[in-house]
Amino acid sequence: MRLAIVGAGVVGRSVAELAPDRGHDVVAMGDSTSAVVADDSGEPVDVDAALSRKAERGIVGDADPDDVLSADYDALVEATPTTLGDAEPGFSHVTAALERDRHVVLANKGPVAERFGDLQAAAADSAGEVRFEATVGGAMPVLSTIEDHGAAHVDAVRGVLNGTANFVLSRMAAEGLDYEHVLAEAQDLGVAEADPTFDVDGTDAALKCVILANVLSVGAADDPTDAREFTLDDAEVEGIRNVAGSALDLAGEDGLTVRLIGEVADGSVRVAPRLVKRNSPLAVSGTTNAAQIETASAGTLTVSGRGAGGKETASAVLMDLNRLS
Amino acid sequence: MNGDEDAVNAYMIRLELVDEPGELLRALQPISEKGGNLLSIFHERGNITPRGHIPVEVDIEATASQYEAIVEVLKEEGINVIQAGAERYSESVVCILSGHIVDTDLSDTLSRIQETSNATVTDLSLSAPEGTRNTSSAKLRLAVEEGEVSETVESVRAIADEKDLHLIESLTGGDA
Repeated sequence: MRLAIVGAGVVGRSVAELAPDRGHDVVAMGDSTSAVVADDSGEPVDVDAALSRKAERGIVGDADPDDVLSADYDALVEATPTTLGDAEPGFSHVTAALERDRHVVLANKGPVAERFGDLQAAAADSAGEVRFEATVGGAMPVLSTIEDHGAAHVDAVRGVLNGTANFVLSRMAAEGLDYEHVLAEAQDLGVAEADPTFDVDGTDAALKCVILANVLSVGAADDPTDAREFTLDDAEVEGIRNVAGSALDLAGEDGLTVRLIGEVADGSVRVAPRLVKRNSPLAVSGTTNAAQIETASAGTLTVSGRGAGGKETASAVLMDLNRLS
Repeated sequence: MNGDEDAVNAYMIRLELVDEPGELLRALQPISEKGGNLLSIFHERGNITPRGHIPVEVDIEATASQYEAIVEVLKEEGINVIQAGAERYSESVVCILSGHIVDTDLSDTLSRIQETSNATVTDLSLSAPEGTRNTSSAKLRLAVEEGEVSETVESVRAIADEKDLHLIESLTGGDA
């Protein structure tokens, strides 16, 4: 497929690097200030050269960022940073592609978490399709597993959907260290960002759960346009800042531990630290993510893997592209 | 019950023991012999019944048939079983409270949990590594009647909110 990639952060760059080996041509690529678009010769963009320019001069090319959206592509890969509320500019990038009947693959959670109804409406009017495997659990095949079983036959999803929060909790439990200490260590290791709010307050996990809730809601509705829409405001969210070391000690006595669990069940979305058995498939360590999909006929399915990272998230984008081609 | 004979439930047995050495041990032996799991013993040493016996409350986990066998053996052994089976708890819930556990009156917290729900606190552990004036945590195991887990957890949550305590609930669904 011919790809246009919006967003040249770690995910956008990884998609550009992996795409040629997977049989795709990158015909346009841009960030918020610069872009590179293939010329009329039919040759794709020289990805290596564009990424070197980005690394050295901070620009991917000399074209205007808007030119990416009007380039001659089959699928737009939207990998700009997640924004809340109106989910812009990501949302407009998606609609621009759909209006031209092109496919869209999202790595940006904003449009699917905050404007799912608008997105569905735009997709319904288009010959293009929207896919967003990368938005939930990075490399883990969560959405495709739900899709394959049929969202109507999935009763609930529960999981560890934020690697940073999981790293902090699992290290606190294993080493008997307090929250502040482990968070500082995580920041030194690059596991947590300088401003870790999005991760430790549960917002990131909640966005993923909201996306799952939207998918299950549409699956359960007779008419998708009647499906209840979820946004971040519908989620009950509690982070890990208040998890005391003494609570982890007590949990350990009973073969339990504490994990930040996102739960989508019975029309509600909740993220909170929860007690789970230490041998539960959800009691993953470090930055690993895990999700349990409760199906009507196949019992509980568990997937686990890397929930973040450039290549990992790009792999999920490539999974979506495979399903489109 | 749901007819699942292997299902393990929590039961409370109220006994009155003669105040003699070895009586408590004699009363507890049948529990393990019949495959039950002893959750807690509440032994009111100072509180003597009008007949001069010591009341003891024992919480156990067992299957329905194990439980019946335990009560039968206790009676055969001549141990005074005051109440058994009347309160039949079918589910056990663990949760952890953190914060100023002791300053916010732990015994009041526990009694209010039992008053506002049909649950019984069967086990309590406290961890206060920095002393009871600082943040400490308490782990509660509650025996809850069937189908009342979420109601009980709601009650605990309301009490925790009011006392500014942080509640960590168990994940109940799936294979958690």
